[in-house]
Amino acid sequence: MSIPSDRQYTAEHEWVVLAAGTATIGVTAYATDALGDVVYLDLPAVGTEVVAGQACGEIESTKSVSDLYSPVTGTVSSINEAAVETPEVVNTDPYGEGWLFAVTVEAEGPLLDAEAYTALTQG
Amino acid sequence: MTEELTTPLHAEHVAAGATLTSFAGWQMPLRYAGDLAEHHAVRTAAGLFDLSHMAQIEVSGPGAGAALDGALVSVPSQLADGRARYTVIVAEDGGIIDDLIVYRLSAEDYLVIANAANRVSVLDQLALRSQGQPCAVVDRTPHRALIAVQGPRAAEILAPLVDVDLTMLRYYASVQGRIDGVPALVARTGYTGEDGFELAVPAEGAAGLWRLLLGAGEAAGLVPAGLAARDTLRLEAGMPLYGQELTRATTPYEVGLDRLVKLDHDFVGRDALAARAAARSGTHLIGLVGSGRRAARAGSTVLSGSGGEGAAEIGVVTSGVLSPTLGHPIALARVDVPTAAGEQLDVDVRGTRQPMTVTELPFYRRPA
Repeated sequence: MSIPSDRQYTAEHEWVVLAAGTATIGVTAYATDALGDVVYLDLPAVGTEVVAGQACGEIESTKSVSDLYSPVTGTVSSINEAAVETPEVVNTDPYGEGWLFAVTVEAEGPLLDAEAYTALTQG
Repeated sequence: MTEELTTPLHAEHVAAGATLTSFAGWQMPLRYAGDLAEHHAVRTAAGLFDLSHMAQIEVSGPGAGAALDGALVSVPSQLADGRARYTVIVAEDGGIIDDLIVYRLSAEDYLVIANAANRVSVLDQLALRSQGQPCAVVDRTPHRALIAVQGPRAAEILAPLVDVDLTMLRYYASVQGRIDGVPALVARTGYTGEDGFELAVPAEGAAGLWRLLLGAGEAAGLVPAGLAARDTLRLEAGMPLYGQELTRATTPYEVGLDRLVKLDHDFVGRDALAARAAARSGTHLIGLVGSGRRAARAGSTVLSGSGGEGAAEIGVVTSGVLSPTLGHPIALARVDVPTAAGEQLDVDVRGTRQPMTVTELPFYRRPA
């Protein structure tokens, strides 16, 4: 499975696109494969202060519940309401329509490029 | 690390691109295309399951019936030939060692299906408890496969392939037949809440049979289904799972399996269970339904009343999921106080208290 090279990643299997001070965040296909079908998303409310590396929500599949970590520190500027309504989009298009939330960035946490993330998931 | 066991269908799962998982020492398919699609296929059409990890233990000989009667809480010798019974094996203290299906094939030939995780303990206990009886207890698991076809279209898919009349085969009955030349014990049993069949076959015939069934069922909507779907299906059907609802620390009386226990015969654990029956602990298994989409999971605390500050802990969720068929959270919970259907309880779902309502089981019943 190819990992998009236009973005950065975390060891917790989130992806981040940084543009104009805003981080758009989702989870990787590796994560959705491990989770199975996503059935529920608990995303941080718009305006919430999130801290890099700390849990800020939940992603729930039929089999399990996983914490969602923020890859960056800042304020949540928007969430993907469509994904909350139809969580299966996280499985079908994790890198596109299945994005989760966006943050106005104050500070970045430790991020990996696509190559390093690929190495991590294949390790 | 010990090498994991694989079933005779392992290569089929790998070729199908299944996500594999470790389960009770076996490498098993967790899902193929997706667990929700597999779940819905079983509810609306049919699913094909590899259950070859489950233990197949043969008890045979003139003393087989008496040996099983003395080993289990029920009385397998009283079954008619070709009939099966869901039962449990308990320890001296009444704690559940495993839940089983016992098939009486003939007066001197029984097949016991046990959970993979409990294969050794069940085998050991059956061997121990049958000492002095003229019978043999043999583990056939390594040489056999178990394939389940489950769903409303299971019968129409299987019927043309098998040389026995499935319309004559009742629920919890079995018959010896052949499918494409492969000898198979065809049983009308399952763990999904749907009509369906479980096929016990020799290991060497399993892969061919698997492919035959997939091909024959494709037009009817049959798909291979993994352990993830199996778990959500059994939970909707209100069926207990060993390790979740059933444990060594619980007796049948605390998990709603009273009906299985026949105290009027002698068996290992009888005295402990008789004492338990006389002095009921109040602990019992309940079904809970919630609203929204956030599901209580195993380990969530169940609290009495609703909202109040002084709500007491009264139990624990043993299994929980957002029901794919019903669309709302469902859970099984073990609670220590009497409850009534319709009563509202609170469940601590990962730090948030959510109301759930006690409901009759099963959560899902297939359309008549």
